[in-house]
Amino acid sequence: MIECKNIRKTYVNGDVETQAVSDVSFHIDKGEFVAIIGPSGSGKSTLMHILGALDTPTSGTYFLDGQEVSTLDDDELSDLRRNKIGFVFQSFNLLPRTTVLRNVMLPLLYSDTTEKEREEKARKSLEYAGMEEGKFLNLSNQLSGGQMQRVAIARSLINDPAIILADEPTGNLDTKTSAVVMETFRELNRKGHTIILITHEMEVAQFADRVITIRDGVIEKDVKNTH
Amino acid sequence: MIITDVLKETSASLSGNKVRSGLTILGIVIGIASVITMVSIGQGAQSSISSRIQSIGSNLIIVTPGAQRTGGVSAGQGSSQSLTAEDADALGAEVQSISGVAPEDTHRYQVTAKANNTNTQIIGTVPSYTDVRNVSIDTGTFITEYQQQTSAKVAVLGSAARDDLFGAGADAVGQMIRIKNIDFQVIGVTLSKGGSGFNNADDAIYVPITTAQHYLSGNAFVTTISISAQGSDIIPMVQQDVTTLLLQRHGISDATEADFSIMNQADIIATASSVTGTFTILLASIAGISLLVGGIGIMNMMLTTVTERTREIGLRKAVGIRKLYINLQFLTEAVALTFIGGTLGIVLGFVASLLVSKFAGLTTQVSTSSILLAVGVSAGVGILFGFYPARRAANLSPMEALRYE
Repeated sequence: MIECKNIRKTYVNGDVETQAVSDVSFHIDKGEFVAIIGPSGSGKSTLMHILGALDTPTSGTYFLDGQEVSTLDDDELSDLRRNKIGFVFQSFNLLPRTTVLRNVMLPLLYSDTTEKEREEKARKSLEYAGMEEGKFLNLSNQLSGGQMQRVAIARSLINDPAIILADEPTGNLDTKTSAVVMETFRELNRKGHTIILITHEMEVAQFADRVITIRDGVIEKDVKNTH
Repeated sequence: MIITDVLKETSASLSGNKVRSGLTILGIVIGIASVITMVSIGQGAQSSISSRIQSIGSNLIIVTPGAQRTGGVSAGQGSSQSLTAEDADALGAEVQSISGVAPEDTHRYQVTAKANNTNTQIIGTVPSYTDVRNVSIDTGTFITEYQQQTSAKVAVLGSAARDDLFGAGADAVGQMIRIKNIDFQVIGVTLSKGGSGFNNADDAIYVPITTAQHYLSGNAFVTTISISAQGSDIIPMVQQDVTTLLLQRHGISDATEADFSIMNQADIIATASSVTGTFTILLASIAGISLLVGGIGIMNMMLTTVTERTREIGLRKAVGIRKLYINLQFLTEAVALTFIGGTLGIVLGFVASLLVSKFAGLTTQVSTSSILLAVGVSAGVGILFGFYPARRAANLSPMEALRYE
């Protein structure tokens, strides 16, 4: 599913060159639940941007679902994100003052599906993510943190993506809600979705089957979890 | 599909934040409406003044007596008695390219008719006055040659004088009026020239000049001689001939000591338009400043909006919406805001001009160029500052835009 070979990302700021990720190679299979863990500044965010097709590596190759990503242009990256990747962010990133349904339908904009099909898909996706139907027409800013993250998960699922990329999905939630959200990810994984989780908390990473530890831009450890 | 999506996103986004959209539209509306109204007042004043000047006659040259001097004391322009009806006859007979000469002997008197009375100017004049000074008859007739020769006691009323003496719109022809205790029979009423206020051309009564001289003023002098030239381009030439002839008739060799003064309509128009021109420039600069202030308002609104929405743009990009569609949506939003604001601004500008002309009594004239200028500037500013920062945000990488504070 994911094939990274010698990924390197260098940021140039004036005369200073920063090597955020240096020579990272790994492989993720379909249906895996992988946590990428590391302290801040370790390069895990950069790696996540590359995996999420939000950024391209300085060198190295990245295959997602059989497609070479590192050479795509801006529009091709957009299409790839729309079709293959579902994002769940730490700060939820819902459109403010917009209904739950419209938020979930956002990735379907400008595609050739009818309004009816979109709404149907959005409703299915919301139910799948465990959102109560009574809230579908609520505005996004009237929801609790846990509900917002469910909406975000539903949005990430709407195009039936190859991978779900969750960037600190529990960072803004309390412990109890975090556990519920993580259970949701486990549930999705059981249903066959490939999930990549970026976090700096070991407890959160424990929900995954495999934990890749990044430190100073290189992979320090890559271990299987036993539940 | 794409177009309906863009329109739906635009309407959702604009109605989703009504305060933000409302304030932006308000800025555009006020900018446009103030420019349209200001310029309409300026141009209305200009056109009403020049049309009023045109209404006093065409290619007109006006001769008035000079100042009367007693020792070193001047009694002011027009106070001396130096012009006579014979001067007028001589001008008509000897100066080339004249289409009409009308001397007049004008003074103010108290006039009574049955129960009503008024104080108005009594213009003693000749039949050709109608042609020279653009006077048209509404009912009855103007003074005839015969009435003038026989010093007939007949009067033609200006429409405002008729309204004062007999009531608005009354049929005055055949009625009697008294001027200086002498009875005059009304033979006609003139058509209104539409003036108002102190110098109202309709507030006048016309009598034969001979009658005015014999019974009213009691002397043989005239207060004004109006001459109309055959074309506007020969006015300076005719004016020169008139001056030469009058100087000669009055036995004056030095033109600076002339006992009369002479001016023509072109001079009056030039003076008036330089005044109204200044007025229009003043209003236009006020309008320009409001356009500038409005433009800066729109710019601020658009810039803060886009900064606030950079995260939204980042999100849209992250979930896989192409840059083109994001640009398209923000462009449509900016166009929609300026279009709504522009339309409302034009309507408000029209309404404000109407109100100004109705309640302040000023003539206003909404010009297409002011509408185009106002709408052009506001729309340009709105679209530029609505679209350009959004385009910049759409060019950021999605993560950068998402993290934007």
